[in-house]
Amino acid sequence: MGAPGLPDGRPGANPAAATATRRVGDGTELATGETGDSLRAPAVSLSGVTIAFPLKGGATYVAVEGADLAVAAGEFVAIVGPTGCGKSTLLNASAGLLEPRGGSVRIFGAPLAGLNRRAGYLFQADALMPWKSALDNVAVALEPKGVGRRDAEGQGRRWLERVGLKAFVTSYPHMLSGGQRKRVALAQMLIRDPEILLMDEPFGPLDAQTRQIMGNLLLKLWAQDRKAVLFVTHDLEEAIALADRVVVMSAGPAARIIGQYPVSLSRPRDTADIRLDPEFHRIHREIWAQLRVEVQKTYGDSDMAG
Amino acid sequence: MSRAALLACQVVVGLVMLAVWHAVTVYPIFGAPKQVQFFFSTPLDVIARVVREFSGTEIWRHLFITLQETLLAFLFGAGGGIVVGFIFARSDVVAAIFDPYIKAANALPRVVLAPIFALWFGLGIWSKVALGFTLVFFIVFFNVYQGVREVSPVVLANARMLGMNGRQLLRHVYWPAALTWMFSSLHTSVGFALVGAVVGEYLGASAGLGYKIHEAESVFDVTGVFAGMAILSAFVIAIDALVTLAENRLLAWRPGQGGAR
Repeated sequence: MGAPGLPDGRPGANPAAATATRRVGDGTELATGETGDSLRAPAVSLSGVTIAFPLKGGATYVAVEGADLAVAAGEFVAIVGPTGCGKSTLLNASAGLLEPRGGSVRIFGAPLAGLNRRAGYLFQADALMPWKSALDNVAVALEPKGVGRRDAEGQGRRWLERVGLKAFVTSYPHMLSGGQRKRVALAQMLIRDPEILLMDEPFGPLDAQTRQIMGNLLLKLWAQDRKAVLFVTHDLEEAIALADRVVVMSAGPAARIIGQYPVSLSRPRDTADIRLDPEFHRIHREIWAQLRVEVQKTYGDSDMAG
Repeated sequence: MSRAALLACQVVVGLVMLAVWHAVTVYPIFGAPKQVQFFFSTPLDVIARVVREFSGTEIWRHLFITLQETLLAFLFGAGGGIVVGFIFARSDVVAAIFDPYIKAANALPRVVLAPIFALWFGLGIWSKVALGFTLVFFIVFFNVYQGVREVSPVVLANARMLGMNGRQLLRHVYWPAALTWMFSSLHTSVGFALVGAVVGEYLGASAGLGYKIHEAESVFDVTGVFAGMAILSAFVIAIDALVTLAENRLLAWRPGQGGAR
């Protein structure tokens, strides 16, 4: 767990983030370490982002329309929405893997061109190189930064230890369980020390218990040096348990951001215990009232209930 | 089935086949043994011939020549297949332009090329290497092409998000993916390299296992042909075992590999 004294607050770069803070930290650790640009500009800022794909026969499918979203430095934002609403496309636009049809993506104030070099990405599917051992998978992430092989392996070992895989350094991905593979992927992303973490339903394929454990591990690692996080999930409980702010998207096509809810639960949190908190229930009820409508739209079935 | 039991069964099958062969060629079941033996020889004669061959030094020279041709054909074929496969997989335009020619070249039965290669490269080892090359090249080429094209998009996107440049992607993603596919066809391609060598020798050479078999055939020495085939089979099994060994080492990361055999 992170230090209990860590403040919730961070420089309020946008109104939603500001309302999310209960206590504004004085002399926060993260603020002193930030550079000028990240203090002012949000880590990720999407304005009027529209994402469309060409279909066969010349038609276009508009996945996301006019999305405005800002993630402050050090803020943990979760995006929830019904299946196929374009949550992941929004994330891919922030990563630079996808070029939006309209609108702009700014990273710490600068327009994003090409891949987002300041972000790390945790994929939903297995993204490890199957031909590399756990250690090689983590260590290779430092190669683009020009870190020497020996140094990279040393850091890789430390990171694998941090995610609880000390005994699996030489294992290949197929020898690891789904949760263990996610831990390797987490270490692979974090070893590069990216300023922004983009996560696309990273714990989606895992079983319920493993998700809890992974959620706690993520929060623990995040608390050490709070990065801006954009976390996509279809699981509202997971979103509330992890995030400072929950963003709700409408059903697709042409999905929009229809709600933003600050989560005023204190940190450090335990993702399992926090679900018993009355405040958790209040927030859950509030968001679910809106989300359920969208989920029902997706299924076109008014009997569909949570 | 346990390993020992499996081996025992395999040996029994071999012994039964030899016994049947022995019975029909030594006892007058289908005709006079002398006549039958002219066409089918007998297992004891063949074994005696193999033993005699190996007590001399000449057979080693033939084996060495064939091995040399096989290895060279494999190395050149695999090398060419990897390079061209990579280029084609990374450039759709090049692949589209050369597609009909690749298909046409691959459709050609290689045996018809043997005399031409003998003409071009002489009766020494290089005409056999060329024949083996034409066989190995296409197997490796198609596999590498497929392997590079079918790199998992998620693994690729992840590697790009890790900041890898083109060279690093090649080294850490495309190359291992292509190698996987190449190794999955290793048994086939090494086998074909050997086929190229032996067929080449058979059609015109002065040394090698194929030449040895051809020589025996041309004087109706059936025992010599069978002895040559037996040596060739043992040679193929030995090479195949080496390939399996290499494969288990190099593909240790793959599920079900390593200790599977």
